[in-house]
Amino acid sequence: MTAAARDRAVPFALGLGALLVFVLAAEVLIRAGAINRFIVPMPSQIAASFGRVILEEDIAGRFRLTFLEAFTAGAMITVVGVLIGLLLYRVALLRAATETWVAALASAPTVLMYPLFLVIFGRSAWTIIMMGFVAGLPPVILKTIEGLSGTRRVLIDVGRSFKLSPMQLFLKILFPAALPTIFVGVRLGLIFTLINVVGVEFLINFGGLGQLINDLAERYDLPGTYAAICFVILVSVVFFIITERIERWLRPVE
Amino acid sequence: MAETGRVTRAAPLPQWAHPVTLVRVAIILAVLVIWEAVAASGLLYRDVVPRLGIIVAAVWKLLSTPDYYWHLGVTAGEIGTGLLVGGVSGLLVGLVLGANRLLARAFEAYLYYLGPTPKIIFFPVMIMWFGVGPGSKIAMGAISCFFPIALSTAAGMRQIDKVLIRVGRSFRLNAWQMATKIYLPALRHPIINGVRLGLGVAIIGTLLAETKLSNRGIGFLIIQAYSLFDMPRMYAMLIVLFVLAIGVNALVGRLGGLHTIRRS
Repeated sequence: MTAAARDRAVPFALGLGALLVFVLAAEVLIRAGAINRFIVPMPSQIAASFGRVILEEDIAGRFRLTFLEAFTAGAMITVVGVLIGLLLYRVALLRAATETWVAALASAPTVLMYPLFLVIFGRSAWTIIMMGFVAGLPPVILKTIEGLSGTRRVLIDVGRSFKLSPMQLFLKILFPAALPTIFVGVRLGLIFTLINVVGVEFLINFGGLGQLINDLAERYDLPGTYAAICFVILVSVVFFIITERIERWLRPVE
Repeated sequence: MAETGRVTRAAPLPQWAHPVTLVRVAIILAVLVIWEAVAASGLLYRDVVPRLGIIVAAVWKLLSTPDYYWHLGVTAGEIGTGLLVGGVSGLLVGLVLGANRLLARAFEAYLYYLGPTPKIIFFPVMIMWFGVGPGSKIAMGAISCFFPIALSTAAGMRQIDKVLIRVGRSFRLNAWQMATKIYLPALRHPIINGVRLGLGVAIIGTLLAETKLSNRGIGFLIIQAYSLFDMPRMYAMLIVLFVLAIGVNALVGRLGGLHTIRRS
């Protein structure tokens, strides 16, 4: 084993080993009665309930529904966010007037508007999609402005020297140069969107994976609830890793 | 020096006449006018889009109800306790991970990837562990703010000027003295940034838990207004809540900014 490989393997083994020890300790303590098994189910029970939850609770269908809601909201934040970002980049006065508002909106607890959205859109997928949209929009706008403003002056001058029209200048120079930064905003927006989609599904007891956790908890199916939570965490982590890889791939080489 | 080429400047515009201020006022006025026009037209349900006068009256009524402040106190207490528990544990974990490269490489990835998962899904588990009372809401606040504070502290630890650490070691400071005399003062900025991020998510975590299952607090009042279809009251509560949340966030941010100015 090379030094570099050992350098990576030791921390990985330590992290994984600690996780396994923790799970094993929980199993032993629950079996010994030190932890109430009606509050915390045994890890072996949780692992065994995975198959049941996947087959009986239509995980595939629920995953598809959550994915569709998140994808719709994600497409909306990308299109609307980039367009608003472009508008604010082009109209400096509008940008100066509203950029701090967008930043304030990004830090505001917009998810608490879900009862209002319930009244407007009803208990439907649109409430969930719109909540995801509202939560994910500000980072896309802010990062689009940042990306477009950060385009190197020399690139714009090259475009102008070729007498590009404003549309050509945007498509051939500004947008490609700003794309890595815009994607950082899209990724952040997608993370907020996914959090809100699953969260609102859980809160209004409607839709895909979020509703599944609520359903199982209300049925007092503890191993199933824990298994569903593990599944949602797994989906989220896979999603973050994929989008992170894309972000790295888009980042210009220094 | 000869005074050549001096151009007489026009008197600066007063703040209210600044173009940015004027655009802001114009946008706010446009939104209010459109809202009022929609409310008056009857195009949408009157209850969903109430007239501005009704919303203003609802805000006034809300703010003059002593009961509201009791619920606000309950929520503030839950958020504060959650922030304390999650903040202190996040700080400790961040300090340990920031100080030890091996532990950071072994465990920080777990925090990094668990951080952005939707925390509200842990609420059924928190109810089981801490009951349906304030305990489960405090736990939600604590879980929410733990991750940003731990990650921000760990990242801040790695950016501390190595000279400061060497000075501490050359004075033979023990671990506690290193933490209180070197690390914590040097970490003020990342910690305040972490607390700022943590506070935002703790507010969300606590209030969402209150909307799901509670009989007290602002989240409970919001979902109660929804159940009673009292839309002006719901708008009033959301407006007050947003102003409070953005205000607190700005206040903590300003504290962070002050530290930077003093340090430089």
